[in-house]
Amino acid sequence: MELFAYTRATDAEQAINTATSKDVRFIAGGTTLLDLMKLDVERPAQLIDINRIGLDAIEKLPTGTLRIGALVRNSDFAHHPIVQSDYPVLSQALLAGASAQLRNMATTGGNLLQRTRCMYFRNTAMPCNKRTPGTGCSAIEGDNRTLAILGTSKDCIATNPSDMNVALAALEAVITVRSASGSRDIPFGDFHLLPGTTPHLETVLVPGDLVTHVTLPAPRSKSKQVYLKLRDRASYEFALASAAIVAEVSDGKFSFIRVALGGLGTKPWRSHEAEAALLHRPADIAMFHRAADAALRDADPQSENGFKVELAKRCITHALTLATQSA
Amino acid sequence: MNGKDNPRNENSTGRVTRRSFLSQMGAAGATVTAAPLVARAQFATAPEETSSRGTQKIENAVPIALSVNGKSVRIEVDPRTTLLDALRETLSLTGTKKGCDHGQCGACTVHVNGRRINSCLTLAIMHEGDSITTIEGLGEPDDLHPMQASFVEHDGYQCGYCTSGQIMSAVALLKEPCGPADADVKELMSGNICRCGAYPNIVAAIQHVRQRA
Repeated sequence: MELFAYTRATDAEQAINTATSKDVRFIAGGTTLLDLMKLDVERPAQLIDINRIGLDAIEKLPTGTLRIGALVRNSDFAHHPIVQSDYPVLSQALLAGASAQLRNMATTGGNLLQRTRCMYFRNTAMPCNKRTPGTGCSAIEGDNRTLAILGTSKDCIATNPSDMNVALAALEAVITVRSASGSRDIPFGDFHLLPGTTPHLETVLVPGDLVTHVTLPAPRSKSKQVYLKLRDRASYEFALASAAIVAEVSDGKFSFIRVALGGLGTKPWRSHEAEAALLHRPADIAMFHRAADAALRDADPQSENGFKVELAKRCITHALTLATQSA
Repeated sequence: MNGKDNPRNENSTGRVTRRSFLSQMGAAGATVTAAPLVARAQFATAPEETSSRGTQKIENAVPIALSVNGKSVRIEVDPRTTLLDALRETLSLTGTKKGCDHGQCGACTVHVNGRRINSCLTLAIMHEGDSITTIEGLGEPDDLHPMQASFVEHDGYQCGYCTSGQIMSAVALLKEPCGPADADVKELMSGNICRCGAYPNIVAAIQHVRQRA
């Protein structure tokens, strides 16, 4: 690990005013950042510790929305009574991620920015366009079994590893970002970027931006919600495929449906295609299959991850079955 | 462990114990890197040199104050020092183990302000003023924490390397939301890997304590 200057911020404003260069990193839980610093993938010149600036509350706002501070730990987020009752897909997704120890450390803001687990990104001896732009992608034609099949480009097929992000995509969360010039709200779907020819750019954030809150829309009290995660072992493993479903069925048909996928996309993957295939249509297995086909129509598998196409379809179909069975 | 008279190569009867010997070896490894085998051999016969470790000047060192196992401590560490390395190398609390050093195995699990975390993925300087509990703070050989006693009773280990992390996780689990079933325990213990595969006995040890609580 390379030497860095360390400062402890006392409030958000101080943190933002200190973070003026791209060599600065905010550190909260540290579960991604320190891991990558030990690998020399991240080499910040300065770390700003934001663990003591507040932003650690979950508040129900008068509008019915739920506002979550960026420094709320994943475990507190998952076990919050309002999250458990009104946004169960999110609680399930958070608890499906990492381990109890890591969830006690990892924060809401940090999880939004979780980096890929692509082994080539994590290995400084290998070319990687995300880590070192222009060096090439080692994963294409390399060891790509766990990597993305949706939203890929010729320059990058790295998977977004977060479970929380998948639920936030399905719930249409809004991310509040503060900078020296003020606060702005970013719809979840606009926050992460596709790799395209610039895989090193993962979000719309720029140096000096600090994620302060995530806000969930007012709960849909009649909705059924499911997070289904498929992986190589039963726990403590990243998704090969996962699905977050928020569904409302009336008279046997979907009156509201949100489908988001994890472990499959280069960013948290909202499947508008699956939603369009389901909305106002019967909640039955034939329709689930059609939605799953629609969701994977543009899948672009690599040499070792072709199995994910079928796995993803079964994941979506089963998650929809669970979400409508419990109705 | 880090006594002024530096008796770490001997117990009260003057016998070199396995634990004190390994502690010496660890200290030697931390002090010299150029010719470790030669230096370690020298160290085995010159233990007094270990005391110089505490006075070595650390470049860019920052002072931090922590509470560790109920005692206030002030240490100086390089900013890059993880909490795990500060506990093991600076405070000589070697009960907490370094396994993967990347948050993937759980051997380094300690409690910070009552919650379990991976001490390898956090910097010591981020914990100014925090209360840390390690396996050394849980119980004593003649006064074991009920979870330690249960691990002994249920044979919840083989090689023992993951055990302190397993026990720290298990003790924290007692205060966390956790269903009654073995499956619930397994899920919440999944961040602690055991290469020996002592899992059934670990689950039995934890369930024994939970059922008696």
